[in-house]
Amino acid sequence: MSAIESTRMSAQTDIGPRHFALVGTPNSGKTALFNALTGSRQKVANYPGVTVERKAGILQTPSGHSVYLIDLPGTYSLRGRSPDEEITRDVVLGRLASETPPDLLLCIADATNLRVALRLVIELKRVGRPLMLVLNMIDIARRRGIEIDLERLSAALGVPVVTSTAVRRGGTEELLRRMDELAAGALDPSGENTWKPPTAGELRAAQREADRVIAAAVGIPARPDTVSARVDAVLLHPVAGLFILLCVLFVMFQAVFAWARPIMDLISSGFDALGVAVHDVLPEGLLQSFIQNGVIAGVGSVIVFLPQILILFLFILLLEDLGYMGRAAFLMDRIMGGAGLHGRAFIPLLSSFACAIPGIMATRVIDNRRDRLTTILVAPLMTCSARIPVYTLIISAFVPATYVWGWVSLQGLVMFGLYVAGIVSALAVSFVAKHFFLRENYTPPFMLELPAYKLPNVRSVVLGLYTRAKIFLQRAGTTIFSMMVLIWFLASFPRPPDGAEGPAIDYSLAAMIGDALEPVLAPVGFNWQITVALIPGMAAREVAVAALGTVYSIEGGKEAAEQIGQALASKWSLATALAMLAWYIFAPQCASTLAVIRRETGSWRWMAITFCYMLALAYLAAFITYNIAVALGAG
Amino acid sequence: MTDTAPLTAPAIPLGQADRGFCGRINAIHVREDAHGLAAPEIETRLLELGFVEGAEIKVLHEGPIGRDPIAVRINDTTIALRRREAMAIVVTSLNPPE
Repeated sequence: MSAIESTRMSAQTDIGPRHFALVGTPNSGKTALFNALTGSRQKVANYPGVTVERKAGILQTPSGHSVYLIDLPGTYSLRGRSPDEEITRDVVLGRLASETPPDLLLCIADATNLRVALRLVIELKRVGRPLMLVLNMIDIARRRGIEIDLERLSAALGVPVVTSTAVRRGGTEELLRRMDELAAGALDPSGENTWKPPTAGELRAAQREADRVIAAAVGIPARPDTVSARVDAVLLHPVAGLFILLCVLFVMFQAVFAWARPIMDLISSGFDALGVAVHDVLPEGLLQSFIQNGVIAGVGSVIVFLPQILILFLFILLLEDLGYMGRAAFLMDRIMGGAGLHGRAFIPLLSSFACAIPGIMATRVIDNRRDRLTTILVAPLMTCSARIPVYTLIISAFVPATYVWGWVSLQGLVMFGLYVAGIVSALAVSFVAKHFFLRENYTPPFMLELPAYKLPNVRSVVLGLYTRAKIFLQRAGTTIFSMMVLIWFLASFPRPPDGAEGPAIDYSLAAMIGDALEPVLAPVGFNWQITVALIPGMAAREVAVAALGTVYSIEGGKEAAEQIGQALASKWSLATALAMLAWYIFAPQCASTLAVIRRETGSWRWMAITFCYMLALAYLAAFITYNIAVALGAG
Repeated sequence: MTDTAPLTAPAIPLGQADRGFCGRINAIHVREDAHGLAAPEIETRLLELGFVEGAEIKVLHEGPIGRDPIAVRINDTTIALRRREAMAIVVTSLNPPE
């Protein structure tokens, strides 16, 4: 490095990192590129006041400049017709107070699909900020025989153009080199901003101009790519396509139940061993009970579900990366439409299988308010992963581990049935909501790009799983842990009087609360231990399991703590177990879901409505199940 | 560009086209009363997805119920949309005469 260069570098360092923003249409590979550029040095948070996810990261260019990169939500234009797109517009225009206006806009385009992207470039030019066009997925374009004359394209558009392949090692070298040059040079973000929301006429003119530029600079082979179309001939087939979709979902749930088992057993025996070790080291008394029964048993019983959550998210991330999610929406549009849901609601609802919170947040892709409300209302009915612990516990305690037809696990089948029950009730609720409460005389449009199929990128998927695991463990470490401490406290105090008969927990606050609520829940077959566990279950559903564990282990000593399932099997009737399963299909949701509903709908009313209708359905379902089961002799 | 389409081919709404239909867009014409959103908004969204006069389209797939929605290839992009919205896209057939 020459002396002049190093002087320039130190001068650069003085003015702090450059701010670059990634803008692009949906499916341009923008997020894959962001992942490739920033790797694990990225932070996911929310923009203040809204629930739009904010992804940002720091990267170093080859000659050592720091670039602060922000990944903006995908958009077809700057008109901002949804909260996500408004964020993109405001950041690009430098209007968002909490965000440093970007020094450079990187417009990411799918090199195989330039028409719409170039129109966006033409629109972005009017903003007056330095702009660079990044032709992503250039390897696929070249393989298909698409020839792009970069110099001509750059000259015709009046912006620098660079190519990249986000998913290949070394595929971002050229991009980094250009970013380096730009970061070193003088970027003047104070150009004149002449952007206004484009009219239909301006959009037509911009599209024609984009088409002219493509005709001049891009050679497209006479035969377009037909691989995706041929795959779609099967995957979008009216009969085969639906059948395959069902199979995918079925395999997904079998996998969540069966594949995770060995790792879960390992984790749970690890925590048991830890508990025993602590028990042996610490002297008999309150502290020992707190560490073993409160802390270790509580946290352990939640962390044990990490494998299942990861497997579920693995499927969701793979299907997303493959490009299958949009196809699923296509297949489901009319079916969901019959129940008053939008085809686009399929993706948020599918995400709700992992957790209702990202699902409800994902409803932002639905721009019609009524459709969004309906989707938010029913999203918590989708069986989220937090219910898996409850289902798993009860199913393994009460359903024999046998196989139907030699290969279908009966336990898995019951699990599948519970998922189906959740889906059916969600469709029913949205049907009722649409026809009786949220009546409007139209249905909004369904327009969605079906991207070309792509092999998922391992790095992106791993990064996604890592983020999910981190979020889950943080939750387990904070909310759930503090709830466990509270439960342990309720179950341990006040201490029984000297010479008292029976287990200590019978004298505790928990027993008092349980006793007080028992008359209300007795008709559905719940004893006071369940009642106690349901209260913290409001904070997070999976806590109910840990709470049951705490309640029963404090009651029965350490033998019972070793096997909550065995304890349940001996203490509950089959009718109670079934009622508990029915209750949890509708389970009054966790506090964080309610908080997200409040935030997303901007009203306490919708939060209250969701809470009340789910509570009512849960009680009703448990009541019916319990009484039928008792009548059939399972009491 | 519309003048390159054969004059004999009648213009039909894309919403009525069958699978396999190849054509060229003649006009985007949204009827005010037929949609949930204001007509200009529907028009803008169709334009944003690349449905512009002169573009070539092909109906690739149909949904499982009522042959709705449809998947349409427009240049190298595939867009899924309902037949109701596709009624606003007026197309002339480019199918070779049988």
